[in-house]
Amino acid sequence: MNWGVLLFPGSNCAEDCFHVVDQVLGEPVRYLWHKDTDLGDVDAIILPGGFSYGDHLRPGAIAHFSKAMASVKQFAEDGGLVIGICNGFQILTESRMLPGSLLQNRGLKFLCQDQTLRVENTQSPFTSDFAEGEVFICPIAHNEGNYYADPETIAEMEANGQILFRYSSPEGEVSDATNPNGSINNIAGIINRKGNVVGMMPHPERSADEVLGLSDGKKVFTSMLKHLSAIHS
Amino acid sequence: MEEKLWIKAGLTDSEYELLTKHMGREPNTVELALYAQMWSEHCGYTHTRPLFKHFLTTGPRIVQGPGENAGIVDIDDDEVITFKLESHNHPSAIAPFQGAATGVGGIIRDILAMGAYPVASLNSLHFGHPGEGGHTRWLISEVIHGIGEYGNCVGVPTVGGEVRFANAYKGNPLVNAMCVGFMKKSEIKKAIATGVGNSLMIVGNLTGRDGMGGASFASKDLEEENDEDRGAIQVGDPFMEKLLIEACLEVFEEDYVVGVQDMGAAGILSSSVETASKAGNGVEIDVALVPKREEAMRPEEVMISESQERMLLIVKKGMEDNVNKIFHKWDLHAVVIGQVTDDGMYRVLENGKTVGEVPVWSLMDAPTYILDAKVPAHLEHTQSFDLESVPVPDDLNATLIQMLSAPDICSKEWVYRQYDHRVQMNTVVKPGSDAAIIRIKGRDKGVGITMDSNGRYCYLNPRIGAQSVVAESARNQVVSGAEPIAITDGLNFGNPEKPDVYYQLEQSIIGISEACRALDTPVIGGNASLYNKTPEFGDIYPTPIIGMTGLVKSLKHVTTSDFKDAGDYIVLVGETKNEIGASEYLDHIHNLITGDVPALDLKVEREAQNYILDAIRKGLVKSAHDLGDGGLAVALAESCIQGGLGAKVTVDHDFRSDAILFGESQTRFLLTASEAQVDKLIDLASKAGVEAAVIGKTTDQAMLTIMNGSEPLIDVAIADCEKSFKTGFDKLMKTEN
Repeated sequence: MNWGVLLFPGSNCAEDCFHVVDQVLGEPVRYLWHKDTDLGDVDAIILPGGFSYGDHLRPGAIAHFSKAMASVKQFAEDGGLVIGICNGFQILTESRMLPGSLLQNRGLKFLCQDQTLRVENTQSPFTSDFAEGEVFICPIAHNEGNYYADPETIAEMEANGQILFRYSSPEGEVSDATNPNGSINNIAGIINRKGNVVGMMPHPERSADEVLGLSDGKKVFTSMLKHLSAIHS
Repeated sequence: MEEKLWIKAGLTDSEYELLTKHMGREPNTVELALYAQMWSEHCGYTHTRPLFKHFLTTGPRIVQGPGENAGIVDIDDDEVITFKLESHNHPSAIAPFQGAATGVGGIIRDILAMGAYPVASLNSLHFGHPGEGGHTRWLISEVIHGIGEYGNCVGVPTVGGEVRFANAYKGNPLVNAMCVGFMKKSEIKKAIATGVGNSLMIVGNLTGRDGMGGASFASKDLEEENDEDRGAIQVGDPFMEKLLIEACLEVFEEDYVVGVQDMGAAGILSSSVETASKAGNGVEIDVALVPKREEAMRPEEVMISESQERMLLIVKKGMEDNVNKIFHKWDLHAVVIGQVTDDGMYRVLENGKTVGEVPVWSLMDAPTYILDAKVPAHLEHTQSFDLESVPVPDDLNATLIQMLSAPDICSKEWVYRQYDHRVQMNTVVKPGSDAAIIRIKGRDKGVGITMDSNGRYCYLNPRIGAQSVVAESARNQVVSGAEPIAITDGLNFGNPEKPDVYYQLEQSIIGISEACRALDTPVIGGNASLYNKTPEFGDIYPTPIIGMTGLVKSLKHVTTSDFKDAGDYIVLVGETKNEIGASEYLDHIHNLITGDVPALDLKVEREAQNYILDAIRKGLVKSAHDLGDGGLAVALAESCIQGGLGAKVTVDHDFRSDAILFGESQTRFLLTASEAQVDKLIDLASKAGVEAAVIGKTTDQAMLTIMNGSEPLIDVAIADCEKSFKTGFDKLMKTEN
């Protein structure tokens, strides 16, 4: 499978995502450039974390207008797999490829910590390698990760199983005490209605290389790979 | 009488006389500005340079010692790391957010200028006591916010460092930032302007009036009426820096560039003078060609502006368009502002017309001063202070709980959770342990990185205090499984023109040198920040800050301080003496900053460190921690808290119990080993001639019990220790006054 990591000026987790696909999955991967409209032959696109365009205006707000994002939208409409991590999630909400938006953390500070997540739906191309209700550590590092959407949208997403990950305790309990940033319903990651576009604030790539002591986030990428392999066989 | 122009510029009468002799005439205003900046302490090291001769600067792993933007050490496999630290104290005192942010940006560019990818940042911060004033808490919040904003955005993980507190820093905080870069040996770049006719290109940000005269500002006292120096504060743009890193590294991959220098203190001026001097060439620069963000800048303003995120590239003639093409890809400019000449002159032009011209060598030849040194008056009574007059607390359990929330000891998670410490995916050991460890991708090896200081020790004994700081840095490396390689030093002192401050400076440098020789960790670069004093609080503590790197030969050696399993044996390495002088305990519990520092034998230190590293490499050690602030009791409590276990230990001494628990006798370590390995660990120590003894075991009881013979000293719940340790800083920052 061919993977693409979209590089914006200010993306700083692009190399990390590249590393995981290349070294951990052992799959072909290349960088896509924000000024290009032709994304070439790719099966999955990662929008990496960082500070695209310096977070000027609002995180993700300027990246949304880049030439490449128009092509990413088309790619998603054609059914391609897209995952936005951290700033990538912010870009996806700014682009209206995913509902809601990411507000400043309720603690008003940047927050970097190893966070436990509970997997809410394993019936997606991004989560099929997780066990039902699995809890795993996935680091967060953000200042604007407080997920918000209007109550109707939240109700609809909950009903449709569009919540993939919630912030939880190590025991899998979800409560206000386990909510690091104030996200509604402890939402850490969501999927679109169609089931091919995911946004998540935590960094699964940082939890995918055993040398660093965390490796369960790798399942996000192996799930994607499994899905792609199935449709290509 | 009107003040003489050169005095206003920060030069003395004799310096003015000297420069007119060099020039053979009186300087014009442009030329005067060039000398004033280049001959400041910040650029010219006028007071510290004569003392640098003490330093050991070479060794088998040293690829580049002092003299470049940063030093370089060999980490095997034709790979090297480059590292340096830099102070941003004065800017941070006035504009803490921008001062700290640009400190991070500046040191990252030093590393970039070596041709390396910046892989880790650390910082050593010193403030007044957070519980004693809203202004101090504002400084703390803003400095940490500034470091976070810049480091997080630029994508270099902030992996460690230290935050320390003493009222000596109230009003003049210390903000020292360190950066480590990684590259292949073949990728090393130098700051040199070779090749007559080659082009000087400025890349990155536009030049404005921000940071005017920052170098000379940093070389004088912080006056009460310092608002007029506000123009000397630079403004940082981490997004620009990120683009600059990407574009520069892409250019370096091609054969276009002969030299690189970052623009730090004294901007275009010092970067170009240094590159020309190193090549023995001249340079000429036309200020009209420099892209600016402000109108009507005078030539000397353009030359000395400290606008951030700019680099100077010395580009091969004919390659300028190729360089510009790469920068253009990143939406940046690369503009030719001058060329390398063969006449050895530093020439400033404006629209082709010469507006200043002085010999390059003379700008680099700042006069140096060996000043009078006098033993500080306070040492007489602190060193003869009768420590036996200090009462031993009745409730030692309560004392331990109190120690764990001391500002210098308590958890700094409040600080480092604001820093992205995982970006780049190399952080094997994250902040909160003795040393940060980053891995080298694709290899089974890593680098240990530490920053340490102890202003109180150096205040009470500059020479042994400075030795102890180097020794502690090395201890932090070895307990983490890293073999110490080299140091960078940040010399933060008060006004050196005062004989007692000069004494502190001189003795500290001698102490650093002695320890570096004994531990085989050469000095490969550093930074001096003098004149750290305010009218209200006087000179700061003498505060040499040691940034050290070490080599982790295999990631299997990576060791942390948390207790691992209940039932493991706890081994204390080193001798505990009746030493409470200069301790955190005296300061925090008795409000006494007095006594002499603990004794330090550098030979014993070296042997003990070799032993620790040997034991770790042999796989005998499950956890390792050095004994620092707060001594044995605090180290035990920390390892218990981190590991979620308890411990039961018994020692046997015939002196005061507070010295047993909280004394800071040097060269001590806490190791744990499994039952199967503990005998080997003790055998290895006796073969190495190192004092080591089993003092107890870890337990799953969640209690810490310490006995002296049959006398119980400590019996506390780990939960109480943890609460004090983890909430201490939060509480201080929420103080209302």
